[in-house]
Amino acid sequence: MDPKQRSSDKAAQEMLKHVNETGLETAWDRFEQQEPQCGFGKLGLCCRNCSMGPCRIDPFEDGPQEGICGANADTIAARNLVRMIAAGAAAHSDHGRDIAHTFKMAVESDSCDYMIKDELKLREVAARYDIKIEGRETKEIAADLSDAVMAEFGKQEGTLVSAAAYPPPARQKVWEKLGVTPRSIDREIVEIMHRTHIGVGSDYKNLVKQGIRASLADGWGGSLIATELSDILFGSPWPIRFGANLGVLDEKQVNIVVHGHEPSLSDIIVAVSQEPELIKMSKDKGAEGINIVGMCCTANEILMRHGIPVAGNFLQQELALMTGAVEVMLVDVQCIMPALGSLSNCFHTKLITTSPKCKIAGAEHIEFEEDRAAEIARQIVKLAIENFANRQGKVKIPNVTEHGIAGFTTENIFYHLGGRFRASYRPLNDNIINGRIRGAAGVVGCNNPKQMHDYGHLTMIKELIKNDVLVVSTGCSAIAAGKAGLMRPEAAAKYCGKGLAEVCETVGIPPVLHVGSCVDNSRILTVLANVVAEGGLGEDISDLPVAGAAPEWMSEKAVSIGMYFVASGVFTVIAEPLPVLGAPNLTRYLTDEIEKDLGGKWAFERDPIKAAGMMIEHIESKRDALGINVEKERKLYDMEDRRALVVE
Amino acid sequence: MSKIIASAAIRGAHKIAKQAEDILSRAIKEKGKDCKVEFPNTGYYIPIIYSMTGIAVEKLADFEDVMKEIKDLLPGLVDDELWTPYLGPTLDAGMATLFAEEIIEACKYLIGPNPVDGIWLGAADDVILRERGIQFVDGTAPGFAAVAGAAPDVETAVNIARKLQERCLYVFMSAHHNGTTFAEQLASGGVQLGWETRLVPFGREITSAIYSLGFASRAALSFGGVKAGDYRRNLLYNKNRIFAFVLALGKVTDEWYATAAGAINYGFPTIADSDIPEILPTGICTYEHVVSNIPHSEIVEKAIEVRGLKIKVAKIDIPVAHSPAFEGERIRKEEMYCEFGGQKTVSFEWLRMREIGEVEDGKVEVEGPDVDSVEAGGKMPLGIVVEVAGRKMQTDFEPVLERQIHTFMNEAQGLWHMGQRDLNWVRISKDAAKAGFKLEHIGKLLHAMYHEQYSSILDKVQVKIYTDEKQVAALREQAHAVYAERDARLAGMTDEDVGTFYSCTLCQSFAPNHVCIVSPERPGLCGAYSWLDCRAAYEIVPTGPNQPISKGNCIEPTIGQWDKINAFVLKTSGGNVERMSQYSMITDPMTSCGCFECISAVLPSTGGIMIVNREFAEMTPCGMKFSTLAGTVGGGNQTPGFIGHSKHYINSRKFIGAEGGIRRIVWMPTMLKEEIKDTFVRRAEEFGLGGEEFLARIADETTAATEEETLEFITKAGHPVSSLEPMF
Repeated sequence: MDPKQRSSDKAAQEMLKHVNETGLETAWDRFEQQEPQCGFGKLGLCCRNCSMGPCRIDPFEDGPQEGICGANADTIAARNLVRMIAAGAAAHSDHGRDIAHTFKMAVESDSCDYMIKDELKLREVAARYDIKIEGRETKEIAADLSDAVMAEFGKQEGTLVSAAAYPPPARQKVWEKLGVTPRSIDREIVEIMHRTHIGVGSDYKNLVKQGIRASLADGWGGSLIATELSDILFGSPWPIRFGANLGVLDEKQVNIVVHGHEPSLSDIIVAVSQEPELIKMSKDKGAEGINIVGMCCTANEILMRHGIPVAGNFLQQELALMTGAVEVMLVDVQCIMPALGSLSNCFHTKLITTSPKCKIAGAEHIEFEEDRAAEIARQIVKLAIENFANRQGKVKIPNVTEHGIAGFTTENIFYHLGGRFRASYRPLNDNIINGRIRGAAGVVGCNNPKQMHDYGHLTMIKELIKNDVLVVSTGCSAIAAGKAGLMRPEAAAKYCGKGLAEVCETVGIPPVLHVGSCVDNSRILTVLANVVAEGGLGEDISDLPVAGAAPEWMSEKAVSIGMYFVASGVFTVIAEPLPVLGAPNLTRYLTDEIEKDLGGKWAFERDPIKAAGMMIEHIESKRDALGINVEKERKLYDMEDRRALVVE
Repeated sequence: MSKIIASAAIRGAHKIAKQAEDILSRAIKEKGKDCKVEFPNTGYYIPIIYSMTGIAVEKLADFEDVMKEIKDLLPGLVDDELWTPYLGPTLDAGMATLFAEEIIEACKYLIGPNPVDGIWLGAADDVILRERGIQFVDGTAPGFAAVAGAAPDVETAVNIARKLQERCLYVFMSAHHNGTTFAEQLASGGVQLGWETRLVPFGREITSAIYSLGFASRAALSFGGVKAGDYRRNLLYNKNRIFAFVLALGKVTDEWYATAAGAINYGFPTIADSDIPEILPTGICTYEHVVSNIPHSEIVEKAIEVRGLKIKVAKIDIPVAHSPAFEGERIRKEEMYCEFGGQKTVSFEWLRMREIGEVEDGKVEVEGPDVDSVEAGGKMPLGIVVEVAGRKMQTDFEPVLERQIHTFMNEAQGLWHMGQRDLNWVRISKDAAKAGFKLEHIGKLLHAMYHEQYSSILDKVQVKIYTDEKQVAALREQAHAVYAERDARLAGMTDEDVGTFYSCTLCQSFAPNHVCIVSPERPGLCGAYSWLDCRAAYEIVPTGPNQPISKGNCIEPTIGQWDKINAFVLKTSGGNVERMSQYSMITDPMTSCGCFECISAVLPSTGGIMIVNREFAEMTPCGMKFSTLAGTVGGGNQTPGFIGHSKHYINSRKFIGAEGGIRRIVWMPTMLKEEIKDTFVRRAEEFGLGGEEFLARIADETTAATEEETLEFITKAGHPVSSLEPMF
């Protein structure tokens, strides 16, 4: 297939052309081999939850409409859907748990390789958890926070502290009313597995309710913990330049690609790779130095904090390896294609797995232990240096690198909108109210060979910013935007409508804000909570003129993310439909009736322009409801009016 | 922030910081690190630095800490491409600039060139701050225009200044353009400069703009009860209370941009006459941040619109402009066309209430020759009789309304008024006469202004003006009888006579916990509100800041506490003040907003108290100047041993009655003694203290500078305080 049909990314196209010539296989090829894909699976109508089955429901109503146990299409699809959420929430939250363990170790040990880097944020987060701050040492506060956070995963009583401390009060009432306030992170996931076991619940709405609850425990719980503790432990991001795309690999240096999701190892790798001893060693081996680059969300973690370049997003992982310039591809968890195992055997590249949760056939396993972090990191870097000499044949690195600015967070937005003295969200709210910015959209998610690589992200984002919708982005979507130059501040003048361009020019920001990895979607939630708190745009997230989208989603994490956005009151459009279309009632609930319960809903639309149009339409409807689409006369203040203004 | 502006402002900030560093090291070299550094007579140290960081700079060495703050705030320059966000850094650079400019100006006071030079006034002291600040509190001045640079010519400068004055705004001037300054242009256009005309020349350099912003910061500290170091509240207070803006006239240099960025922190936008980039999105300021290329003919209107200010300008059919900003304008003898009264001719002014049928609204009669009957520099008799009627009018309001004649007439450009009743003195300037000002215009002016401000109690107003000497003299006799009757009624009015006191919470928008309780024998501490004024104000705006409070049951008559008054105070102070005494400065004393005319403070070793008025800028026996004392007393807190009060209260029979009244006074500045002398002597006689003799037993700055010297003086003088019980 023509590489230009597969990817809109120039570097990927060049590599795919090269791959065609070498006869290697990629995800795109395997996708084609899979076609036609299973219709029952796509529609969500296959149940293999017990050994009476597998059962499947005939979508054309000619064949069976119930499984052996009597489960109908809605039940089966709902079970399948919430199991996807369980997996997604588990992935994010287990990531959060790992960070929490590293945090605990850093707090308890004086000799470990981790330390608290952002004390201010520690105090802010601890205050959210109702931990006494004043007059206490950092260590004491951190120890209390560590305990509080650990308890969130497995506690048997009460509800999630963070789900009461972060979201707007009105949102919490919505959850209470529907009975979906999350209790503890693990419990909600476990309960999904229980409820979807043979012979438990069959009411599709009640099944979805548990999916909602688990997703909330992810977004406002596990993911949020991952973000908050990572900031405390590795430093909160600050706007920073980064390079993106395969061109960041350097033929003359030892290239280490860190791939996966967690920052614990990658952050240490970044640190040790700057040690003079290792640099000297690389030079002794004929390289010019050590080049750390990222892939997927591990990339996002170290890009946000250190400006480490990103080689590509999900569908580029094989392509990076195929350059022949990668000495080590170091992976932790999530979104790592098993294909890398055999692929790495065709090159000198060492694929190194590091997590006991993720071992891959064909890879070397060096288990990462947090209490020996630097030592292990050095061992891996040395291995890469040693491997430099083993490069075979010609290296093929596309000469494609773009640059951008990343490093935006919920907290530093305050500063960037007002400086140290007037830090606030006011300018953001003001310019939404006055219509310069129509609203905001979170465009997030993965790559999926069903859509042309990056095309969905970029087309949608360009359409949104052209219509004065500010975009925040995470994960592989953010990497797509970065590679396309949409995270250059100069992009504002080039791609945005007049209003958004003016605001970007005023603040000095790009029109697409990189807020981190996919667990950092929690940043988008907390930004929305701050916008509500700043005032003037309603009482709840569901009042805000905002929308979410995952134009190239593929992972179960994306389903959990989508659900927690919907459950937080956000209209969310995804390209590939959820596997529920064979279940008419469930589909109607998710795409329509759920809005009455939660204020947000799902929509499925593959055409990114049409999807953007739906988001813009939704944003305008929210603006209408807020009454901010009415042209208002400038209010001039007389003494009475001035007295009425609050000074706080 | 436009990138061009951000780049320029950050560059400018670096340049100013360098200048500050240089002048500071020169100052330290010449004067030493321990050399005292201050702006004249202020309790707010170096005010922007003090209000934003809490650092109380007292000696040059303290500036070294501030320099560290500045360097910490100064961001790197903006990159040409792939820049990181610059709005926050630019605002920080702006604030760093203001700190640096304060260092520069403060060092100039030490090693020159002196900021006070010729027309240039330099820093405003606390006397001015309190006197002028009250106008920002009560809304008579909505804000200020900080003018930087110069207009293209004198005429344009004068037009802009007049328009700003007509809109009641203060005009603070700094920086030069094209070799001249706005202030110098006004001076050469014959415009009277100074605080009294609200046209204030601070300095020739842009660095002197910090006097404007320092004034704003101090307003928040003194009236807003904002704590030093609470930068956020200080800046928001300014954004929401003091509607100021920057008018940039001429080439905007990097240093101007940097200073303007500092002003944006306060919510003060910049309006420029030159073609610079604009910053239209809102957020830090109420509306746009920088608007440019505005023609001079429209620049004042545009600035007001951008700042979001609504100013009611009463359009009065007279040939001269009218605004509170003209109130302080003097008319010197050589500028005068004609004068009336002032002991030179017979004159009086009298406002009387009539039946509704007896007044024809808008009627103005002039009996006798008009101003054109005399040569320039001449004089005439003058009788002004204002007759008013209205369903809610009461005879008690007559003196309240009559006193307004002074303000209304003074606010007309080219008209000057002093005194009251039959001691009035009026001048009309040559310019006003040339513009066609006649006596009927006084009538039209008064008619319009009474309707403008008192329409809720007045329905009809007519004015008769007399210039025939005999007629004036005859009518004055009638008026005399009324004055005497009023005085008798007022003099006899005691707190016991009335069941209702009035609150005054006018200052609460500035001092949120403070509430004044105004009784017949204790007027408001600003001196502007008597019990009758409050009653009239309540009639005018029933939901306004002056509310009637039924006293309720008396809890304690000596200190003056009543249950319902206490309940009201507790509620209106936001729960901050539980009990408040009308007549004690020791037990639950009344709080202060910051507008007080005087401060009384206990001098413990003397057993008495000292009183200092805000015009007195020197050291007092308690070891603090008025400005420092004011910091202790203001902000809505009860501070036993200290109260803020009006001058009139000193002569009240109830003046600190619980502590023994005026017998306790052991020290007052001579200027205050002089001012209150007449009634004070009478009161002292009434109390059996001996009139003049008692006044002479009170020490002043000529006889005692310290508490010890005061004690020594009163002991020698035989002051009666020694026979009183100790105050505590």
